[in-house]
Order: sequence, then C-alpha cells, then structure tokens
Amino acid sequence: MVDARNKCNISLKVNGELVSLEIESRTLLVELLRNHLGLTGTHVGCDTSQCGCCVVHVDGRSVKSCTMLAATAAGTEIVTIEGMATGDKMHPVQEAFREHHALQCGFCTPGVVMSGSELIARNNNPSEEEIRKWLGGNLCRCTGYHNIVKAIQAAAAQARGGG
Amino acid sequence: MYPFNYYRPNTINEAVESFKSFEEVQWLAGGMTLLPSLKLRLAAPGALIDLNHIEELRGVATKAKKITIGAMTRHDDVNSSIEIKRAIPALSFLAGGIGDSQVRNRGTIGGSISNNDPAADYPAAILGLNATIKTNNREIAADNFFTGMFETSLQEGEIIKEIVFPLPDIAGYVKFPHPASGYAISAVMVARFGKTVRVAVTGVASCVFRMSKLEEVLAQNFIPEAADYIELDRDDINSDLAASAEYRASLTRVMAKRAIEVAQQNG
Repeated sequence: MVDARNKCNISLKVNGELVSLEIESRTLLVELLRNHLGLTGTHVGCDTSQCGCCVVHVDGRSVKSCTMLAATAAGTEIVTIEGMATGDKMHPVQEAFREHHALQCGFCTPGVVMSGSELIARNNNPSEEEIRKWLGGNLCRCTGYHNIVKAIQAAAAQARGGG
Repeated sequence: MYPFNYYRPNTINEAVESFKSFEEVQWLAGGMTLLPSLKLRLAAPGALIDLNHIEELRGVATKAKKITIGAMTRHDDVNSSIEIKRAIPALSFLAGGIGDSQVRNRGTIGGSISNNDPAADYPAAILGLNATIKTNNREIAADNFFTGMFETSLQEGEIIKEIVFPLPDIAGYVKFPHPASGYAISAVMVARFGKTVRVAVTGVASCVFRMSKLEEVLAQNFIPEAADYIELDRDDINSDLAASAEYRASLTRVMAKRAIEVAQQNG
C-alpha cells in the first residue's frame, strides 16, 4: 500500500463497468472520471465544492466529485450522468428536464440531474420547499430554478406512478 | 494540490499503527474541509490516512440511555437516524442543517469536531449536550475538548472512535446561517439535564463557548425571556462582512431565546 511515488491502485465500478487502474494519490474523483475515463459529462464549475456541477452518485448517494479523492472511491459503485439513460431511453429525470425546459446553457444540468435523482430515490413525493432546499448545493445561473423544480416534481410524480 | 502518500486502513488498529510509519500525516475523514485546504495549498501533508473504509468507526447505537455515534458517521446518517430523532431531536435537526445535501452525504461528525471550525455546527452540539469524546486511548469531556480556533485537545496520532451523548430532558438548536455557506453567523444549542442547563454558542467567537450566566438563570427558570437580558461579556466577538460584533451579540440573544423556545416545544 505504501508507495513512495505517491501513487495507489484502485478498483471501482463506474456506470456498471469494473475499472482498475493506478493513479496519483492526489487524483480527485472528478479528474478520474473526466481525464482518465473520458466521462466528460460530469462538469467542473467552481472546483470548491459549492456549485454542484460535478455531482455524481457514489453508492447511490450524491457527492461532489471535486471534493472526494478517487482513492477514497475504491470499492464503490459510481454512476455519472452518462450512466443514467438506458440505451436510447433517457432517465425519467433527464426526460422531465427536457419536457419542462429545465435548462438553458446546460452546464449545471448533469449535477442537478444527479442530485435530483437521489432526492426522488429517497422521497418520491417531495414538496417544492424540500426540492429547493435539497438543491441548495447546485447553482444554476440561467433558469432561476423554477423549471428545474417543475421537472423534479414531474419526475417524482412518475416515480410514484402518477405519470 | 501537492502530491502526498496515501494509506487506506480497514481497522482502527491499522490506522493508529500506520500513523507512525509516515511523516507529516493527517487523517482524512469526510474531507469537506481538508480537501479544499489541500487544493488551496493551505495544507500539504506528507501522507493522508483515509478513514473512510473503517467500518467500526461508523454507526449509531443507543446504550444505557446514551446515544453513541461513530466518528465516521455522516451528517446525513445522524440527520436520518430514527433513534436520534426520537432521543435528541435537536441533534438530528442540527445535522440536517450542515452545508448542503452533498456535504451531508460525505462530512462526518468526527471530522467536523476535530477540525473545530469556529462557525461549524457540531461543536455546539458536543459542548451544549455535554458529550464525551472517546478516542483510541482515552475519554475527553466536552468541556476539555475544544481549546481554540481550529484547535482541540487531540494529540498527534490520536483518533476519535465515537462520541457519546447523554440524553437531555429537552434541547433546542437554532442557527442564523450565512446565506451562501450555511455556516453559523450565530447559533445556539440549549439543553436541560435535570437541574442543570447548558448553553453553547458557535459562529460568534474564535471557538465554541458556553454562556454560563444564561445557564444559571435558566437553571432557576427555564423561560425564553431569560435570554433577553444576558450580555455576552466577551471582547472577542467576531466582526466580519456578515455581521459586526454588536449585531452578532444581539443576534446571539435572539438565537438563544429561540433555542429555548424550541427546547420547550421538543419537550
């Protein structure tokens, strides 16, 4: 384990596929995803754990991947925005974002979709207040959040079978 | 971020042993403060020992009318725990107000109190609820744990295993959060244990502190109005962009009053 070159080996699952590689110990999870695995759907906005553009799921929980070491993620299952769709079929939260025009420039969108989908997984009937509070860690400078809230409400309704 | 060595132990013993084999080592808990500090090069440890894979440091248990929380328990797990919600609703509420959802999914109670940020929430819980900090080699009372800004009585290589909270009769926590960060501009934890009352304040000075005068008054008569006439006899009240010292002192009286009200409702 102790490696004088400041490197370490990790194995983890990313979007269902097992990945094993040697990385520098200081590699951030977002750097692993973008630079090593080419999954550039996860964005880096602020790099200071404030904006939420880099949110991914680690073992089902939303996490800011700019503030987690890739080494810490060893043994976990990661889902990024690229892993949300099933074939050509978008994830219900993605579909709802399209339907409700919940994005403009789209830069923050992957992070918001990952946050929103964790909320719905925990609580498929969140109030508007709960949604807004939950999204406190996702900054969007285009939409004013209004349509994002609508999209998440719609996706939640679908999740509880209300279509 | 400067390069560093990295070690990922699976047990507390491995962690404590490995601490001796590196130089300039730091524990990595949730990383919510440490990783941003590394990025800003405010910290440049030679090695990180990652505590995230040590199962025995995680979890919530009720034993002998006390709640025990493992040091690596995430804020969200404290917030969601039914046991804690029933036994100490003020603690559950406090954990649910830290940072944002993603911070609560990673940040840990042990990491937060070891860091002892002057505006963090958990120090007020530890001090106000009179918790005991159990480390790999001793028990530390809340009153002896926080020693100054970002300082604690933890020694080099010492590791927090768990935090034990006695159950208060009633307790309440109220925070005036910074609108961007969620850190406390002023926040107060009030707790009553029989005839004793404890009041802990965070966000207001360089380190969490108790309002002993208010505690004495409340021990006689536990009413919100008690907070109206208490002066913060301190010359070290923070003054910054968010709040001047005078405003913060006034705000703290209001937070204390509301915390007493919440405690009454919780009871």
